[in-house]
Amino acid sequence: MTVFDIAKSFGLETRAGKDHLHEEVTGGYASDLLSDVIAHSRKGNLWITIQTHPNIVAVAAMKELAGIILTGGREPDPEALRKAEEEGIPILVSPVFTFELVGRLYQKGISGRSPC
Amino acid sequence: MLRTFRVDLHIHSCLSPCGDEAMRPQAIVHQALAVGLDMIAICDHNSAENVNAFMSAGSEKGLTVLPGMEITSKEEIHLLALFDRPEECMALQELVYQNLPGENVEEVFGCQTVVNERDEAIGINRKMLIGATLLPLERIVSFVGSLRGVTIASHIDRQAFSLLGQLGFIPEGILLDGLEISRRTSKEEAKERFHAYQGFSFVRSSDAHHLEDIGKNVTHFLLEKTTSEEVRLALHYREGRRVVE
Repeated sequence: MTVFDIAKSFGLETRAGKDHLHEEVTGGYASDLLSDVIAHSRKGNLWITIQTHPNIVAVAAMKELAGIILTGGREPDPEALRKAEEEGIPILVSPVFTFELVGRLYQKGISGRSPC
Repeated sequence: MLRTFRVDLHIHSCLSPCGDEAMRPQAIVHQALAVGLDMIAICDHNSAENVNAFMSAGSEKGLTVLPGMEITSKEEIHLLALFDRPEECMALQELVYQNLPGENVEEVFGCQTVVNERDEAIGINRKMLIGATLLPLERIVSFVGSLRGVTIASHIDRQAFSLLGQLGFIPEGILLDGLEISRRTSKEEAKERFHAYQGFSFVRSSDAHHLEDIGKNVTHFLLEKTTSEEVRLALHYREGRRVVE
């Protein structure tokens, strides 16, 4: 499944990185501590968080994540949006809270285990 | 004339929900002098309602007390703000209060006591001071800067509520004056672990919530006098002022 497929089936709205939605998603990681995401996320993961600070884009770029989903109706900071466009990192938003969204993703086959 | 001062810039009072009830002006000033401190700062969580009482108690006994606050940003980062005058601290408090949702639950988080300079309780703060403000980190840093205050990222060596824990690394271009290292990390360890941030001055402070912790971790500053403006100069190695290693 690609980020595009996931956005479509979960009704996520794309806020940045519209041209970068075709990467295959390798799994998911949910955390709001960026130091933890740096330590444990894997390449190609979809990252679910409520952090909206510009640093999320740098972390996603560094870890080569497939994209970021902001939950609970949160919107990225303007500077985060700008950086995401620059780096080609998809940012999607959902009104649904993290626990619920992760559960739905898991049911669709997006797991927390990384293939590598 | 420059001389070395022994300073503890991060002390909580009984106003912080997690601060011990004994953390009152006379008691703290007495303890600070007993452990040989020249200057302290009172930094309660998201409030500065006790700073005037502490400044009065300090000036009676010849201890400089800086008005300060430990603000929780939207990203749940703890940030110290220090000033010379209580007026600036109150301007910050106004912004913080406008952006601090919730009411304290005393049984869970603890009592938030407002005191006078004689250690008498004169009120209870009902706000949820332990909570996070709705203010982005950068907004707080620039607001404090506009008031000519000093900003120091709290306990960057800890995972919880720290700039590095929450955001992974220090955002580019942020105008912080310094980084605080808690007593959990030695000077040598800090130098190694935070080598990438050696462009910032490191400050050590106690983050005391109990009387016996005051002065357990201190910074020696080379200053002309004990003011927050002098601390700011020192953190940027200006006019001969500096942190003494």
